[in-house]
Amino acid sequence: MLNINSITKGIVIDHIKPGYGIKIFEYLKLNKADFTVALIMNAVSEKLGRKDIIKIENEIDIDLTMLGFMDANITINVIENEVITEKINLSLPDRVEGIIECKNPRCVTSSERGIVHRFKLIDENKGRYKCEYCNQIYSWEG
Amino acid sequence: MLKGRHLIDSQDFTVEELDQIFELAENIMEKPEDFIHLCDGKLLGTLFFEPSTRTRLSFESAMLRLGGKIVGFSEPSSSSVTKGENLADTIRTVAAYTDIITMRHPKEGAPKYSSLYCDVPLINAGDGGHQHPTQTLTDLLTIKVAKGEIANLTIGLCGDLKFGRTVHSLVKAMSRYANIKFILISPQELQIPEYIKSEILDKKSIEYVEVERLEEVMDQLDILYMTRVQKERFFNEADYIRLKDSYILNNDKLKSAKEELIILHPLPRVNEISMEVDNDPRAWYFKQAKYGMFVRMALICKLLGVK
Repeated sequence: MLNINSITKGIVIDHIKPGYGIKIFEYLKLNKADFTVALIMNAVSEKLGRKDIIKIENEIDIDLTMLGFMDANITINVIENEVITEKINLSLPDRVEGIIECKNPRCVTSSERGIVHRFKLIDENKGRYKCEYCNQIYSWEG
Repeated sequence: MLKGRHLIDSQDFTVEELDQIFELAENIMEKPEDFIHLCDGKLLGTLFFEPSTRTRLSFESAMLRLGGKIVGFSEPSSSSVTKGENLADTIRTVAAYTDIITMRHPKEGAPKYSSLYCDVPLINAGDGGHQHPTQTLTDLLTIKVAKGEIANLTIGLCGDLKFGRTVHSLVKAMSRYANIKFILISPQELQIPEYIKSEILDKKSIEYVEVERLEEVMDQLDILYMTRVQKERFFNEADYIRLKDSYILNNDKLKSAKEELIILHPLPRVNEISMEVDNDPRAWYFKQAKYGMFVRMALICKLLGVK
C-alpha cells in the first residue's frame, strides 16, 4: 500500500487514469526535476481498480486547467508536514488555450504565426472540445 | 443593436436581428433611390485572400449603391501577404483606413481570428469550407420574399450535402424557424454529416428524411435547393456515373412539382440545373443572386449604424 505521508511538503497527484501518469509526468517536465519525484503506475485503487500516482516533494505551480483537460478524475493532494492540507478535485475546463494544437490543416492556426490555439468545451460527458476558429472537434487522447 | 458588430457565423445574430436586416433589405428593394446616399463618405475594405468574383462584386455593388466607396484587393499576390505580413497586422492596418471590412480567406477561422484585431465591423465573406454567412442571409431573404415567411416549409436539399458549406449553414439557420421539414436528397456517399443530424436536427426534434432520388419527393417540396455533385468526391467513377444524372434538374423532373415551388442554387451552376429550367417561373436562383446584393446593402447599413 502506498503511503502519502512519505512526502513532507509537496503534492500528490492521485487517481490518474492508468497509462496517463507518464503523459502527465512528461507534461510537467518532472523528468528534469532536481527534487524528489515518483511516478507510480498501476497502483491498486478501490475507486478505479488501477490508477497512476505522481508524488512531488516540492512546491510547484501546476496548471490545473491542463490536468483537468487530460484527466478530469484526478485528485490533487497538497501535503504540509506530512499531512494532507487540501484536496483539489479537477473538472474539465470550459476553455483550453495554448495547450493542444488544432490538427485541421485548413484551420487558420496552421498558417498564422504566434496564434494561440483555443478550444471550447462542448460536451462534458464525452470530454469533447471544439476549435474556436475552425470548429474542429477534439477530445484528449494523450 | 447591430452597429459595430462582426458577422463571422450565420448564428451570430438572433432571429429578431435577422428580421431587422431582411426588413431593411426589402425596403431597399422597394425603393432603392431612397438609400443611395446612406453611406456617403464611408469606405468598405474588401480583403479577398482568394478569388471570389461573385461575392466580391456583390459586396462592392452593395457599397457603391449606398454611396460609399471601396478599397481592397482580390487576391493575396497583390497584398502585403507576399511580404510575409501576418493576418493580425493586415487587419489592424486596414481597419485604420476603413469603416467596415469584408474578408474572404482560404483558411477556416481566419475571419474569426481577424475579428479579434479589428475595431470596425468585419464580415466573413467565406472561409474555406467552413462558413459563408452572407450566402445564408441571401438564401433566407429569398425564401422570405418568395414565401412571405421563413416557417411552415418543406425544403429539399439536393446534391453534395456532405461538403456543401452553404447547405450546412442553411440547415442550421432554418432550424431556428417554426415547422420546417428537411428532405435531404443525396447519394449515400455525400449524405449530410452526422453532427448536423445529431447536434441540430435531432436535438431540436426537427423532421427530416434522407432519400437518394429527387423524383420520389419532388411533389412534396416548397423549396428545392440544388448543389453540385462533384465528381472528385466519389471513390469510384461508376458510382458517380450512376448518380450524376439523377441530380440534373430539368423540365421533365419538374412535372410533378408544386406550382409554388421555388428553385434555389448558391451559384455558380455547372450542369446540375438544365438551362431549360431558367425560363420556368419557379427558377429563383438568379433573383437569389440579386437579393444577395440587397441583403448585403442592408447588412452594411446595420453594421455601420446608418439605418
